[in-house]
Amino acid sequence: MSEFVFLFRATEAEQREAMGTPDRAQQSLQTWLAWIRDLEAKGHLKDRGQPLEPTGKVVRGKKKVVTDGPYAETKDLVLGFIVIEARDLAEAVELSTGCPMVEGGGSVEVRPVRNLTF
Amino acid sequence: MDLDEHLFRRESGRMVVALTRIFGVHNLALAEDVAQDAFCRALEVWKVRGIPENPAAWLMTTAKNRAVDVIRRERTARTFAPEIGRLLETEWTLAPVVDEAFAAHTIRDEQLRMMFSCCHPRLPEDAQIALVLNILCGFGANEIASAFLAGRAAIEKRISRGKKVLASARRLFDLSDAEFTMRLSAVRRALYLLFSEGYHGASGESAVRVELCAEAMRLTALLREYPPAATPETDALASLMCLHAARLPARLDSAGDLNPLLDQDRSRWDARLVAQGLALLEFSAVGSELTAYHIEAAIAAAHASAPTVDETDWALIVSHYDRLMAIASSPVVALNRAIAIAQRDGAERGIEALHAIDDRERLNTYPFYPAAMGELELGRGNRAAAREHFRAALALARNPTEQRLLEKRVRTCASESGAAKADE
Repeated sequence: MSEFVFLFRATEAEQREAMGTPDRAQQSLQTWLAWIRDLEAKGHLKDRGQPLEPTGKVVRGKKKVVTDGPYAETKDLVLGFIVIEARDLAEAVELSTGCPMVEGGGSVEVRPVRNLTF
Repeated sequence: MDLDEHLFRRESGRMVVALTRIFGVHNLALAEDVAQDAFCRALEVWKVRGIPENPAAWLMTTAKNRAVDVIRRERTARTFAPEIGRLLETEWTLAPVVDEAFAAHTIRDEQLRMMFSCCHPRLPEDAQIALVLNILCGFGANEIASAFLAGRAAIEKRISRGKKVLASARRLFDLSDAEFTMRLSAVRRALYLLFSEGYHGASGESAVRVELCAEAMRLTALLREYPPAATPETDALASLMCLHAARLPARLDSAGDLNPLLDQDRSRWDARLVAQGLALLEFSAVGSELTAYHIEAAIAAAHASAPTVDETDWALIVSHYDRLMAIASSPVVALNRAIAIAQRDGAERGIEALHAIDDRERLNTYPFYPAAMGELELGRGNRAAAREHFRAALALARNPTEQRLLEKRVRTCASESGAAKADE
């Protein structure tokens, strides 16, 4: 078994669209909870991760310039992450497809955690 | 723990009216934003912490807190509800006033006021219904468009025009207004149309349509909780809704196919709703006014009281239709009367009655006119003629559900006549 991080991304417009109507918001919430519960039940959920505020700062360069960021309107914003355990990347990808964000306009970035053993 | 179906939609309506009471109807958009914020917050928190013990209360508390924040932030820049504006200016009275706005009895009253306001005489009926569905029932423009065979843009325009009319009135309709009785009529009509759309509607999304019936019934029940609105006519409307809704489980089968009344499995009718409908019909039978709703309810009651199709009192139903034609005639009512006449007197008389309908041209796009002809010709044994009528009906089908029903009828005529090919 290896570890993978699911990075949840969406633009602000996509988020608003997914929120849409009360019915759609409720659907999205229920799908999310069912998906997480399922991951947990099957032993895939390694770490519940964290939700992230959409605002923050970006620090860069020799001069350690601090700017406002990330730029929510134009880019896919990372909204949060969880860590899961799966046999391989293919299985991890398969597991990610149940996330409502995928159909709801955002995306899930599936990244293998680097294996540091020899 | 799972959420009640459509909990968010229901709470949305309640939140918006409570917030409108505080912000004023000219700030309806702000009220909707704050409600939206509450849902966003719910998603953020519940995704991580799970669903709380009392999700509805959680939502309302969040909306309340957000409202207080908004008022504190904006009270120098905006005016809020004229009825309570001054009370929002000071911290002494801010919290109690907001609490009061979110109290159950206040929300009930404000929902009524909002319903009456949405049925403004300056708005066409379809705009009134769209407004009620959007504000009170929490439906989005897309959802309303799919229910009413209209484009999303058209619905959005209807809603925005409606909200302008609401805002221009400066405050919600006062239930003690002199116009109350007239407006009540308009409210009943809007709820009747809403229910009809859900029950008979031409759109394909059968799931959404059944929700329209549920919403219409819920709002009619709300009307009945307010004594000045709980007139015999309102009771009659509530009765007819219950009696029709009772048939829904048999009307639409699991595949979403339509079963006509005469073919329905009556054991699937909702007995509780039938009982409720009949009781409401009793309540409505007071006073001197006999309205169209009364008669429609009586007809539905006659059907509901027949354990099988063959035990239906068609003579009674025809006499009801005669009365209905006298006070609210229309080609569709005449059509239904003709069908009842056929049941009472035979296919010949039924066909005569169909031919005799006044303004028959108005039924030119209505599939159930040729379908009725088809049924009666089938009853007379004229399979070829019946097939032609059903084909004509099929050509007028307005959605896949009607299509499937009518295709079945066409095939029924073809299969037993032997010589005809089904795809001619």
